[in-house]
Amino acid sequence: MRYLPLAQSDREQMLAAIGAGSIEDLFVDVPESARLGDKIAGLPDHASELSVERQLAAMARRNLVAGDSPFFLGCGAYRHHIPASVDHLIQRGEFLTSYTPYQPEIAQGTLQALFEFQTQVARLYGCDVANASMYDGSTACWEAIGMARRITRRGKAILSSGLHPHYVSVAQTMARFTGDQLETTLPELSGESDVARLLEAIDAETSCVVVQYPDILGRISDLSDLAARAHELGALLIAVVTEPVALGLIRSPGEMGADIVVGEGQSIGVGLNFGGPYVGLFATRDKYVRQMPGRLAGETVDAEGRRGFVLTLSTREQHIRREKATSNICTNSGLCALAFSIHMTLLGEAGLRSLAEANHARAAAAAGRLTEVEGVELVNRSFFNEFTLRLPREARPVVRAMAEKGVLGGVSLGRLYPGAEALENGLVVAVTETVTDDDVEAFASVLEGALA
Amino acid sequence: MTINAAGWRPEAPQADGGEPGTWTGNKALMLEEPLIFEIGDAATTGVDFEMPSSPEVEGGNFLAGLERNRAIGLPGLTEPEAVRHYTRLSRQNYAIDLGLFPLGSCTMKHNPRLNEKVARMPGFADIHPLQPIDTVQGALELIARLGEWLVKLTGMHSVAMSPKAGAHGELCGLLAIRAALEARGDAREVILVPESAHGTNPATAAFAGYRVENIPANARGRVDLAALQARLGPDVAAVMITNPNTCGLFEPDMVAISRAVHDAGALVYCDGANFNAIVGRVRPGDLGIDAMHINLHKTFSTPHGGGGPGSGPVVFSEALTPFAPLPFVEKQGGHFVLVEEETAGDHHARSFGRMVAFHGQMGMFTRALAYILSHGADGLRQVSSDAVLNANYVLRQLDDVLDAPFGDSGPCMHEALFSDKGFAGGLTTLDLAKGLIDEGFHPMTMYFPLVVHGAMLVEPTETESKAALDQFIGALRNVAERAKAGDPALKAAPIHAPRRRLDETLAARKPVLVWTEPPSAEAAE
Repeated sequence: MRYLPLAQSDREQMLAAIGAGSIEDLFVDVPESARLGDKIAGLPDHASELSVERQLAAMARRNLVAGDSPFFLGCGAYRHHIPASVDHLIQRGEFLTSYTPYQPEIAQGTLQALFEFQTQVARLYGCDVANASMYDGSTACWEAIGMARRITRRGKAILSSGLHPHYVSVAQTMARFTGDQLETTLPELSGESDVARLLEAIDAETSCVVVQYPDILGRISDLSDLAARAHELGALLIAVVTEPVALGLIRSPGEMGADIVVGEGQSIGVGLNFGGPYVGLFATRDKYVRQMPGRLAGETVDAEGRRGFVLTLSTREQHIRREKATSNICTNSGLCALAFSIHMTLLGEAGLRSLAEANHARAAAAAGRLTEVEGVELVNRSFFNEFTLRLPREARPVVRAMAEKGVLGGVSLGRLYPGAEALENGLVVAVTETVTDDDVEAFASVLEGALA
Repeated sequence: MTINAAGWRPEAPQADGGEPGTWTGNKALMLEEPLIFEIGDAATTGVDFEMPSSPEVEGGNFLAGLERNRAIGLPGLTEPEAVRHYTRLSRQNYAIDLGLFPLGSCTMKHNPRLNEKVARMPGFADIHPLQPIDTVQGALELIARLGEWLVKLTGMHSVAMSPKAGAHGELCGLLAIRAALEARGDAREVILVPESAHGTNPATAAFAGYRVENIPANARGRVDLAALQARLGPDVAAVMITNPNTCGLFEPDMVAISRAVHDAGALVYCDGANFNAIVGRVRPGDLGIDAMHINLHKTFSTPHGGGGPGSGPVVFSEALTPFAPLPFVEKQGGHFVLVEEETAGDHHARSFGRMVAFHGQMGMFTRALAYILSHGADGLRQVSSDAVLNANYVLRQLDDVLDAPFGDSGPCMHEALFSDKGFAGGLTTLDLAKGLIDEGFHPMTMYFPLVVHGAMLVEPTETESKAALDQFIGALRNVAERAKAGDPALKAAPIHAPRRRLDETLAARKPVLVWTEPPSAEAAE
């Protein structure tokens, strides 16, 4: 019991000090019928560090590791190189084992880091302000839709067909209970995004238009007209960014007029982790800050006039406002936000641009090579580091066949849109700086084999 | 726009520290640190790249003519500068690694480092959520094994692993309840919540589309059963209850409460934030609970990380199981499968849907399972025993100097509750808390629960030695005596922390939420 410091003699002394005869006496309020007399049966007893490590390692070995294979998956989670210092720094006990910074005098480290994070996110997204993080991109997206409802007092949200299908699912789940009306449709396997359809769809009842940039198939669209049309009709434009590295090379949604920009921050600093924990990014215009969900770090001064930071505008939050809060979120993704911020600081503007250029160049080269495979066509006219291929047959079994050969060759649209026949030949391929020329060759050759 | 346009790097103190100053503003190991925007610049990077052999894309690029044409304003630092920046910042934080962290209802226990190690095994950390299922069998097995433990420890029927934190778990539970009620054509509008509930409870109920009403507490700090029974009716969907409750007390009428709620056609949601008090000793399933979230970042010791990430799996009764969210892991033969939208139709058609992209907090699952396997069934029982013993020890060592509002109603569970009764000279709970900072401790939870005046909620957890408890008790006794004597010096506390009290009113009145270039630097441009 290496984590329990009390010795039996301590326990006896303490019980005597309390005036209790035994530990059982401390549980007298529990109805007898619900009190377990002994440990729960059928579960193993405590184990050594060595034994636990062995058990976990055995399970870890039964997974195909991205870094051990030519790897091309994206669709909302991207594999990038993370500098070693990022993980080292977030493992400092003062960050790792601290709590939400409610006592600012002894939490300036976390608070200043969050203030820096907020500034980085706001600038990256082209917005005025950002919060101190959400759970992930999908929940940030739903929160943005709810925020648009509060601001516009309208309940109809129009979702682009290019929005990640899991994000759409999350919004549908929530809308069923809040009564929001969602307009959504399946994407088409085409080079054209659905901006034209969205422009038509906005009307005077619309609270917001939600558009992903680049979208689920990797396509990039100018959002300026959409922003202008939304504003004309009193609606908000929400942009969703699942690959923040793209913003090193392409214009930010805020610059193009988006009112709320949300997204997934996992690409920077966090790692794949089989889907979590990730970090939701959330940014908006100054004028909407009081409608924002989540925590905010703000600058102030201490009793001696020195600069310091505190959590602020908490009258929006659940612990103060209870049922009138802007969101129920409490614990968010603090440590992942720190990892994002450290990685972003190591990159800096020049590094982010180089990273984005490397991604785009590798993706362009891979798209060229893969479309040399017979019957394979590139769907996209535009992309950053992720594009969609049309295969001559259903992509899902092809992905499985390639995995058996040790190549993780993209995400089939059949996995993302089960039952949608018009999409089943689609394969979404992500190519980051971690992909080598040899990986692309291996992919091309295994793909050729699987299609033969 | 350029960052740090004036080229300013701090070389003189930014403000006078009040005490005998130093030229740098530093005090030996207490080092001041500017913002990255003040020390970094847009041209510096701490990352080297191998550019592809032919970086130019043939025929231009595929960026749809949307290349960035403006600078972003992101400062960069080289690795040595970055390591120093964040290391210096870290040293301005209190942490469990430094000392006892008695935050009531937060369960700040030791975070075993084995858990950090296993979570970083590439087999867990470097796998993609959309990989073919055959390539992630070990990951699915891990989720399934953790789920089995949670079901057995709670005596419930099933578990939803995807919720991202406690409040997200609450939402999961309420959505399942609402889906179950709707399925039987019984739309109900009200959720009853005790006055002492965590703020997330009413916020979550409202978020799920419910109206919230309070149930009063009795003089012993428990739910008033008679008042609850009187309010139950055909409009009540559920009762959200915390047990042990936020006064640190077990609800002895819990079985009767559940029965009354069920008799009225409603369901029982339990906030599992305080599960650490009863793990291995009491199973919520035996108390008639229909849904409860478990904070892996509390009871099962995944690190709080300065505010997350957490993880909030929800256990369900048999009645709610069909409505649980997607996705979840199932074992079919010797093979693990992930039940998602496409496969749910066969046998899980009544699921209320998906709450989050992908499958939940894998990085927290690995840590929590390592924690659980390390402790085992016997160790987890010892966890709750020691947690409750430590809290009662604190309660009884201090109830002569601090008012314990429910001290006469028997032992507490894993946290001890005090009030500010008897403080003199206008001193408050806040002043006592700040005094405790000067003694080298993080304060307890303050002004919560709301039902006690100037509440102080102390949760020592089981990972403290008796010596550590005795030192904390001594410090708290000393500060409490000062508060009762009206010591005016306490108003100025803390005086030894990296910062004195911060002006929160100013922060809220004139919010400064992002850094902007100071006017002088802009003028110099």
